[in-house]
Amino acid sequence: MNIHEYQAKELFRSYGVSVPSGVVVDSAEEARTLIESKTGIFGGTAQVFAVKAQIHAGGRGKAGGVKIAKNTSDIPGLVAALLGKTLVTHQTGPEGRLVRKVWIEEGAAISREFYLSLVLDRSSRRISILASTEGGMEIEEVSASHPEKILTLSVDPEIGCKGFVGRRVATFLGLPVNLYNSFSVLLANLYRFFTETDCMMVEINPLILTGEGRLLALDAKVSFDDNALYRQDKVLALRDLFEENELEIEASKHRLNYVKLDGSIACMVNGAGLAMATMDVIALAGGTPANFLDVGGGASKETVEQAFRILLGDPAVKGIFVNIFGGIVRCERIAGGIIAAAKDVKLHVPLVVRLQGTNAKEGREMLRDSGLNLQVAEELFEGAEKIVLAVKGAK
Amino acid sequence: MSILVDRSTRVIVQGITGKEGSYHAMACREYGTLVLGGVTPGKGGTVHEGFPVWDSVRDAVEAVHPDVSLIFVPPAFAADAILEAADAGIELIVCITEGIPVQDMMRVRRILDIRNEEGETIRLIGPNCPGIITPDGAKIGIMPGYIHKRGRVGVVSRSGTLTYEAVWQLTQLGLGESTCVGIGGDPIRGLNFREVLALFEKDPETEAVVMIGEIGGEDEEKAAAFARAHMTKPIIGFIAGLTAPPGRRMGHAGAIVSGGKGSARDKMKALESYGVIVVDNPSVIGQTVAETLKSGSYRRVPACHG
Repeated sequence: MNIHEYQAKELFRSYGVSVPSGVVVDSAEEARTLIESKTGIFGGTAQVFAVKAQIHAGGRGKAGGVKIAKNTSDIPGLVAALLGKTLVTHQTGPEGRLVRKVWIEEGAAISREFYLSLVLDRSSRRISILASTEGGMEIEEVSASHPEKILTLSVDPEIGCKGFVGRRVATFLGLPVNLYNSFSVLLANLYRFFTETDCMMVEINPLILTGEGRLLALDAKVSFDDNALYRQDKVLALRDLFEENELEIEASKHRLNYVKLDGSIACMVNGAGLAMATMDVIALAGGTPANFLDVGGGASKETVEQAFRILLGDPAVKGIFVNIFGGIVRCERIAGGIIAAAKDVKLHVPLVVRLQGTNAKEGREMLRDSGLNLQVAEELFEGAEKIVLAVKGAK
Repeated sequence: MSILVDRSTRVIVQGITGKEGSYHAMACREYGTLVLGGVTPGKGGTVHEGFPVWDSVRDAVEAVHPDVSLIFVPPAFAADAILEAADAGIELIVCITEGIPVQDMMRVRRILDIRNEEGETIRLIGPNCPGIITPDGAKIGIMPGYIHKRGRVGVVSRSGTLTYEAVWQLTQLGLGESTCVGIGGDPIRGLNFREVLALFEKDPETEAVVMIGEIGGEDEEKAAAFARAHMTKPIIGFIAGLTAPPGRRMGHAGAIVSGGKGSARDKMKALESYGVIVVDNPSVIGQTVAETLKSGSYRRVPACHG
């Protein structure tokens, strides 16, 4: 699960990681009222403000989602221009993301910029710290062009992020010695935040050293482990459903694992690995997969029916390929579920069902005898070829 | 021969009185696995579906000296269950549970590593996996037993049903399997491809290995690099997720291309460069194994000699 920058900054602050003061608004009017009443950051000495669009994607700066206001009277106009705008960044995909909230914060005098992140690193099986002197740049770019400017070190979970870890990173970043301690405290706080809230990734880009010698997180990007949300109520409360695909939200309500893609052939599969392989085989047969969908082991009539409804909710879908490997659950039961569900949802696109495994022959016979307009397949690739052909023929 | 488990392997089930644990304990017993009973805290001394139940793994170890613990405990308690099994001296732990917080697994894995460095031999299979099966020997997991047939091919995979798909092909072609190990779909797990490949290399019954990977991480690449240096048996590989978009989790917690790393294309290229026979169509995994074994010309020369 991802959260917005303003939410991440609030969490940072509560864990003792300094961030610029700011306020989140969802209308220009709200910003104007706050400015006129000199509320919060508008009542202080700040002269310069950053006005930042809040979406769950990086690359906002380049996409025009971050503006600088040199005086408060410019702010409402900038807010108005960002709200309702669809930002397209390298992480949003071509459809972009609609801006619904804007974060306004005090500008800071930047003396130096750094990159700092913590990630749950599967290859070291620990939490790894990535630090770089090249703040403000994409870390992937730095990694490609100047790998020597990145320090990666893993924290032993049995030891934790102790002072020596912080000093090592501070030394690498070339911080003045009198800041070693405050940097170590910042890093330890960030690590505590990471472990206590079950993060997968925390990224500060840039972390700045201000003219007054303070360390400040100018940006904040956080993602959490979905498996741990059951014990993270405070994190779960920050979920923004507007940032998620409607069909994916609907699917999750029915405990279906669905990811929408851009293609035209929908698939319904039991098991995540087989579902991915099915997408790949659709592509191999010359089609484009419209989704990932794992219906789990059961594939009962109800599950299949919900799955059909979700797949058909995507207007780009021109055909459906059901691929079930019956293991524990017998294929004739699955066939029964598919027949009942297909009748109920009144399918209007071609359907190919591939059944294999326990009692697959009986299952396929039931499907053939059902009177439904569908094709049956035995092998995975055969099924994919059939649906690709059926979709082409229907055009 | 086979790897890790066979007909004589003694098994207990943690979470045996739960719905899943109960169902699969019976299915394993029916297959012929020596399931000696199970553990559910608070239900010690009772009998469930003919299985004796103990309060703790330690009690079970004292009573029946199991080799393996099969875990069906819910995600919130699964890390604790794994550590309990390790602490009681169980040497092979198979954890089926899906959805364990990744940081829980990070700590579990660290503790298992420490114990192994200190001289113990604790192996964990999973979590989020179908388990392990040696056909006609022992089924310790949730896979459908009947699709398997004892034979010549070792199978190691991060997936469940996709493995069944490959196994089914091997069985239909009469090749059969020596042992199938589902190492699981989570980013941090116990046994990895590399360790399982090493076991298959030493197993005289295994003539070839099917390795089924997917997007995310670098474990397939590391295993293939190991194989190039240390294996003589052919490996037939498949990587799922060629069409998966970056940054999205595909069902399994570990199946995600992140920071430009872990894509299927990169993995396939790396595997090929290390001498793995990579298929892009999962329908032909079995056929490719058959052809490879039949040609007989396949003799991998470890890189250290050549």
